[in-house]
Amino acid sequence: MIRLEHIYKNYPTARGTVTALHDINIQVRPGEIFGIIGKSGAGKSSLIRCVNLLEKPTSGKVIVAGEELTALSSAKLRAARRKIGMIFQHFNLLSSRNVYDNIALPLELVGYSHKQIADTIMPLLELTNLIDKKTAYPSQLSGGQKQRVAIARALASKPQVLLSDEATSALDPETTLAILQLLKNIRDTLNLTILLITHEMSVIKSCCDRVGILQNGELIEENEVGEFFTHPKTEVAKNFIASSVLHHLPYAIERHLLVLEQPKTHPILRLWFLQGTATQPIISEISQKFNLNINILQANVEYIKNHAMGIMIIALRGDNLKIQPAIQFLKERSVQVEVMGYVPNDIAV
Amino acid sequence: MFQMTLLFKATLETMYMVFVSGVIATLVGLPWGIVLFTSRKGNILAHPLLYQVLAAIVNVTRSIPFIILMIAVIPFTRVIVGSSIGTNAAIVPLSLCAMPFIARVVENALLEVDKGLVEAATAMGATAWQIVCKVFIPEALPGIINGLTLTVVSLIGYSAMAGAVGGGGLGDLAIRYGYQRFDTRVMLMTIVVMIVLVQLMQWAGDKLAKWCSHSKDSIYG
Repeated sequence: MIRLEHIYKNYPTARGTVTALHDINIQVRPGEIFGIIGKSGAGKSSLIRCVNLLEKPTSGKVIVAGEELTALSSAKLRAARRKIGMIFQHFNLLSSRNVYDNIALPLELVGYSHKQIADTIMPLLELTNLIDKKTAYPSQLSGGQKQRVAIARALASKPQVLLSDEATSALDPETTLAILQLLKNIRDTLNLTILLITHEMSVIKSCCDRVGILQNGELIEENEVGEFFTHPKTEVAKNFIASSVLHHLPYAIERHLLVLEQPKTHPILRLWFLQGTATQPIISEISQKFNLNINILQANVEYIKNHAMGIMIIALRGDNLKIQPAIQFLKERSVQVEVMGYVPNDIAV
Repeated sequence: MFQMTLLFKATLETMYMVFVSGVIATLVGLPWGIVLFTSRKGNILAHPLLYQVLAAIVNVTRSIPFIILMIAVIPFTRVIVGSSIGTNAAIVPLSLCAMPFIARVVENALLEVDKGLVEAATAMGATAWQIVCKVFIPEALPGIINGLTLTVVSLIGYSAMAGAVGGGGLGDLAIRYGYQRFDTRVMLMTIVVMIVLVQLMQWAGDKLAKWCSHSKDSIYG
């Protein structure tokens, strides 16, 4: 539905050319929610603006719904943009218009009659639950309500594609979830294709089908969301996942942590339960089999799509000769094991 | 009683001059300001040369003191009104003086509009003209009204100056009766009427700006 081919974007600056996007290739399938995650400055904003040509790529092709936007005249481009809805971090509602008139704007632009506008807007007000706010002005609305107005406005021209530019970044976590839920509903009911950019892993986790990681203007990883969490390919991906799941060592342990094994110490392990291993009773199994004491310091299991994935930090105590076989056993069960360090036995963990 | 009749007539003349020159100046200044704004570098109809020419005209005309401008345009005034004396003749320099002022004021009001709104409208497929009419002007309206109020208040002051060259109105009255004939009563009355006029205009302008502003953080409402 959206195809980006070899997109490059350069900005001329006083100190030479800055490359914001480097050979981006993305294909978003119809009815899919595709998320692009990246830190600030990674080029996310440029990328999403290249899709409806708010920014013109320096080179490369943008194809939306079978139409190559980069080859269109400005009049045809305007017509094509009407089929692409867009929502923004700061909502971008007109303060001079009330909710109804804000949603009506894209329809006024194409010369709809009052009756046609009313017929189009009423179901949208219902969908976004804004009926009672119809005559309110943006200054009277909360952030979540403003974004719902913006969504209704983006949907007014019956687009096939919706672009979301950090749409939940200015909202609190609870409102974020409600907006993401609304986006999912819209996708399901209107069979819309959604491309969103975000810097929050939670957004990817709760509503995307596929995800791409953007770093320094390059798309370094692209995957299905379930796969992405269970088989992260790059370090950046792992860091993003780690940042979204709590797994730090308690300070009392961290300050005694030794890098190398010494006499009278025991290891601290970080276990990644991926590929469906999170639902197996592996911990109690090694405890019994190798006669080890296992102390769970941190644990987190997340359910993303149909996958369960967990990260656990444990202290292993017992016969030192049995620790290596235990680790080996874990690895055989497809648990990723990372030795974080060693802690002296006399430290109370 | 005679004085009251004079005062009433002069007030009407002043209001007539300010109203007509205000309308003429707005008709020219508003589009001028819009073109000035849209032709700015990086804006929707960027045209650096046009911008520089228009901005230069604004700066040049605004540097000329009104009393000089009034005399300098006398030949032009004759062509337009057929005379260089009287209320109608005063309207010509008053309009000329207010046009570039309004252009700047409108440009500044438009500059306050959030660029994100332009982005949103562009993404909806709006043309440059639609963006000006449906986004910029309505969003900048409270600022524009505020600027027009400022212009009208200045025009009341300038129209009094026009009295010095026989333009009629309150300034004329103050000079001929109050100053040249040492009639302090007339002088004070004209000043009071001027103050009332300015207050009234400012109050009406503020009300109007507040009425059409719906933004919470607006300085107008």
